[in-house]
Amino acid sequence: MINKGENFLSKSNRRGFLKAAGISAVAIGAAPAIKAVSAVASGGEATNLPVKTAKIEALTAKRWGMVIDTSKITDEVVESVVAACRNTHNIPDFDHKPDEKKYPNIRPAKKMQEIEWIWEEHYHNAFPEMEDEFLADKFKSLPFLVTCNHCKNAPCVQACPTKATFKREDGIVIMDFHRCIGCRFCMAACPYGSRSFNFRDARPFIEKINPEFPVRSKGVVEKCNLCAERLERGLQPACVEASEGAIVVGDLEDPESEVRAILKENYAIRRKQELGTEPSVYYIM
Amino acid sequence: MLEIAIKGSKKYWIWLGTLLTVMAVAFALYIDQFMNGLMITGMSRDVSWGFYIANFTFLVGVAAGGVMVVIPYYLHDYEKFHRITILGEFLAVASLIMCLMFIVADLGQPVRMLNVLLYPTPNSMLFWDMCVLNGYLFLNIVIGWKVLEAERNQVKPPSWTKPLIYLSIPFAIGIHTVTAYLYCGLPGRGFWLTAILAPRFLASAFAAGPSFLILLCYLVRKFTKFDPGWEAIQTLSKIVCYALIANVFFFFCEVFVVFYSKLPGHMSHIKYLFFGLHGHGALVPWMWTSMILMFTGIVLLIVPAFRNNETLLPFTCIMIFIGTWIDKSLGMISGGFVPNPLHHVTEYIPTVQEIVISLGVLATGLLILTVLFKLAATVKEEVRG
Repeated sequence: MINKGENFLSKSNRRGFLKAAGISAVAIGAAPAIKAVSAVASGGEATNLPVKTAKIEALTAKRWGMVIDTSKITDEVVESVVAACRNTHNIPDFDHKPDEKKYPNIRPAKKMQEIEWIWEEHYHNAFPEMEDEFLADKFKSLPFLVTCNHCKNAPCVQACPTKATFKREDGIVIMDFHRCIGCRFCMAACPYGSRSFNFRDARPFIEKINPEFPVRSKGVVEKCNLCAERLERGLQPACVEASEGAIVVGDLEDPESEVRAILKENYAIRRKQELGTEPSVYYIM
Repeated sequence: MLEIAIKGSKKYWIWLGTLLTVMAVAFALYIDQFMNGLMITGMSRDVSWGFYIANFTFLVGVAAGGVMVVIPYYLHDYEKFHRITILGEFLAVASLIMCLMFIVADLGQPVRMLNVLLYPTPNSMLFWDMCVLNGYLFLNIVIGWKVLEAERNQVKPPSWTKPLIYLSIPFAIGIHTVTAYLYCGLPGRGFWLTAILAPRFLASAFAAGPSFLILLCYLVRKFTKFDPGWEAIQTLSKIVCYALIANVFFFFCEVFVVFYSKLPGHMSHIKYLFFGLHGHGALVPWMWTSMILMFTGIVLLIVPAFRNNETLLPFTCIMIFIGTWIDKSLGMISGGFVPNPLHHVTEYIPTVQEIVISLGVLATGLLILTVLFKLAATVKEEVRG
């Protein structure tokens, strides 16, 4: 059965994509990179592929981790980080008014069915167990960015009945959007509320489709993928680029890495540590 | 044997017609869901399972409840249940088919459902749930059919059905245990994260299933010439009584642990259900209704004068059935998701479309149940007549 939603790109953008793909294929001059990108999209073990080409050096790690410096997170940083993630991954914005001509008779979107990969929370929501009536005022109002924790012991991976959600060797918890049956067991399993479900076709609510990342079909779950597709191309995750130094990613297993250096110097906490999921996202207080 | 199903009174056909109409309307609405996605439901990012999974969970219990006639009859040779064992098995068949339909209705990508078989994943409880549900369904179809056929031909059922019957007992316990494991193994959901969940599921199942069976016995007696027997009904009502008491007891064990330990992540859900949280309390009247129904049910079943009252008993059973349905479907699912892991309160209220689709599934189940019960009742009439 052909699934319309599975279309990698909407028609209007397909030409743009082909052009972009053509140019990059020429520029790279090598199939492996394309293979690697498509392997990520289809959920293959992209890390094992030979991606070393003259032009592109993929960013790799034994176990990817993220450090968020809460003192550097301002409302502006939050806004640009969330927008960067949205634009990079074709995440629908339910406040966006759909194009009447292209998408006639669109039913109104329900805000509670929205999709978030990285979003803002208050301290007492990000760390509900650490709620404290005498908490320093600055923390009460501080914006916190929360996202998928890429847990070492990910409950979502354990729950998935089809291995559509799986853990890569480099620690990234990632999804195969083509295998997901939309049972949403992973959403019940995630103790961080980091997963979203495509309750409807996202396309009408995407302002500008990024041809380098698939638009998901309705009926599948999705979440932060730590920009695996960007790491493959030697780029930092979109949130890191937009964060003005507030977010850093790196290899948690490498003692020489930047993230480890930061963790050595600062007091950092993780969300719901008591659950034993071993989150890979650290917050410097 | 199936030819019996196409011979019936006018009432029979009107009833089937009504069910088919409900099914048709629901199917049309399901097509809309299929085309446009689960956006038509009241589910959300925070409450990602709703009415479908709630009814699924409850009906797994009704299916497992069938074992409460199988055990006394086959393990203890309790002859009084001889006539109704087949009814329990057929009730399990209809319930399981509804369960599977509810699962499919809940999937975002139903056309991909065979991925569960293509990529079997033993670490997922959903995989095991699929195994035991389908296994139990298969067992009940085979056993029910073979035993009834033998009865019609007035011979003994084939000997190979015996081991299958014994196997169906752990399967009955298994379906509801594994269904509870779907919930109680999730680290971030305080409401479900309790070892009492599977026993509580079973207790409420053994109350809901047999109480529904009692109601069905009344209907069979009213509409056919087959009489399941008052003594069998009496025994069933005692089973319902014990199971219901166990269910309420387990619930109070949970309430004690949660509120004496005062663990916030566990208290907030029960507070939400029974008192409301941060001004949200859509389920409060429902939960108290459920409690009142279950308690009244217990009283009416403990006191022999009430339990032995043939006119009162069906009403008691209806109360218990509704009470356990609210407890295990509405409360159990919403209660686990509200508040969410970040302590936000997003309430869940099913949409009309969602409810009609669910009614379509129930109508399908009732249709299957009607046909199967007609077979059973007719065969029993034939044999006696």
